[in-house]
Amino acid sequence: MASLSPKDIRHIAKLTRLQLREEEVEKFGKELSAILAYVEKLQEVNTKGVEPTAQVTGLNSVFRHDEIIASDSAPDALLNCSPLLIVDRQIQTPSAHSST
Amino acid sequence: MNPSSLTIAQAHKKLKQKELSCTDLVQACIDRIEQLDDSLNAVVHNNFDSALKEAKKIDAKGTFNSPLTGIPYLTKDNYCEAGVPSTACSNILRNPDYIPPFHSTTTKRLNDAGGISLGKTNTDEFTMGSSTETSCFGPTHNPWDTSRVPGGSSGGSAAGVAADESVFALGTDTCGSIRQPASFCGCTGLRVTYGRTSRYGVMSMASSLDTIGALTKTVEDTAIVLQTIAGYDPLDATTSNIPVPDYQAALTKSIKGMKIGLPKEYFIEGINAEVLKAVEEAKKIYESLGATFVDISLPHTEYALATYYVLCPAEVSSNMGRYDGIRYGSAPLTTGSSLSNFTLQEHYEKVRTEGFGDEVKRRIMIGAYVLSAGYVDKYYRQAQKVRTLIKKDFDDAFQKVDVLLAPTSPNTAFKIGAHANDPIAMYLEDVFTGAQALAGIPALSIPCGFSTDNLPIGLQIMGPQWEEARLLQVGHAYQQATDWHTRKPKL
Repeated sequence: MASLSPKDIRHIAKLTRLQLREEEVEKFGKELSAILAYVEKLQEVNTKGVEPTAQVTGLNSVFRHDEIIASDSAPDALLNCSPLLIVDRQIQTPSAHSST
Repeated sequence: MNPSSLTIAQAHKKLKQKELSCTDLVQACIDRIEQLDDSLNAVVHNNFDSALKEAKKIDAKGTFNSPLTGIPYLTKDNYCEAGVPSTACSNILRNPDYIPPFHSTTTKRLNDAGGISLGKTNTDEFTMGSSTETSCFGPTHNPWDTSRVPGGSSGGSAAGVAADESVFALGTDTCGSIRQPASFCGCTGLRVTYGRTSRYGVMSMASSLDTIGALTKTVEDTAIVLQTIAGYDPLDATTSNIPVPDYQAALTKSIKGMKIGLPKEYFIEGINAEVLKAVEEAKKIYESLGATFVDISLPHTEYALATYYVLCPAEVSSNMGRYDGIRYGSAPLTTGSSLSNFTLQEHYEKVRTEGFGDEVKRRIMIGAYVLSAGYVDKYYRQAQKVRTLIKKDFDDAFQKVDVLLAPTSPNTAFKIGAHANDPIAMYLEDVFTGAQALAGIPALSIPCGFSTDNLPIGLQIMGPQWEEARLLQVGHAYQQATDWHTRKPKL
């Protein structure tokens, strides 16, 4: 039966860009393991030959022409929502390189 | 009589006949919110100044051509409304509050018809919850018993409508988040067919499951709102081209001869006896109206919640990736104001760790896990296959019956804090409202009685995809023969 170790939890936290305190690693470890235990019942279901469903109303590859059809917000209005410094109509983000 | 207690249909009549001005109606709702909301905590951002300005314009124009012209409404905080704080009740979109520069299609359609936005309502953070307790603004209190939850995640909207803080309110239903609060608060709530209404401008939680809809006082009002908000939207590629029927015309058709299925998996041990009794009484009403009952089985019902709690977190983990403190929300405090204090990775981690609450973190993490290499087939793919089987159960049932009848919730509203340390107990509150979301079918919850401690009980009516008109017809027939939906809490 699946159970998440502290190592698993720390790994998942890193993947999802979350920092967890030690007591949270333990707390979430228990809670997430309980969720996995609950969803384990899906393994009882015989799904041999059953197609997976991702889209429930039969839509498939909905396309449109690459042309502007709505201008309900100006680029500057969108830039204004950023908490970071705007330079030359670009958002200045922290560096993607690790600090050395 | 307080104008805020009117339904859309009643208010429209009075506005058109100039018995009531739009300004007075809007002011009545504002007064009601100011009088009551300290004890309910349903409204989290107010738009009163703008609402009164709009009201004056509408009164000056004097034409009430749409049934929604001049009707005040509240909106769940996961919708984007231009110029109104829209924070999904999460700290990650606060300090400063995110104020969108654009409208969701739904609020735009309502406003174009003359609807008046009063403000935003409380929700579980990013709509993840079944009680409106995980909001960064604290819980909303059920107007029928303020020590209890209003349900969730559209609890603020349901409480607001039940308390007459507005004439109707917008919500979203991903696993019951419109129906369950409607059931707990004694109002009417419709989950539409997936893609019947546009999700453009509404913050996504689970993209294959989210739907847009309203909490109202009557089925007639639901039909009125749906007429305006339903329909294809080029800005939401998951909306359908299927034409929108005349929902109001459908209301008064007789339900004589209709076949109503009773799925046995929804009438099991453990359901509150008073809930069962109320649904039994509702059956008798339908019999007296000429409907017949057919026993049905939906054999995969017991797997619906497990399926949901694999697929939903998986989609959540993807959708929550956009909250990174770059385009919106807050940025972490830096000593001095130099960005070089943090790397991008550290920036993401700090924003998300400080901004997200525990339930959101739980779902992001479990979602990432079930999608990860080595586990995706066992969990995610298997859940998608079980989803196919759950949908097939409904398709098969609707070959034999026109609609299905069941309780909305196995119980009435629980006490605030009852599930504080048990996330799974909270998930199980949605045991009867998950399967419809997985199958993408519409389902309506209407009030059908009260418990001995005066808590509302909800009746759920489910139908095939695109048959909202049929559900409204069946719901309206019940509301013509009963008056549960007209009862108001003592406030």
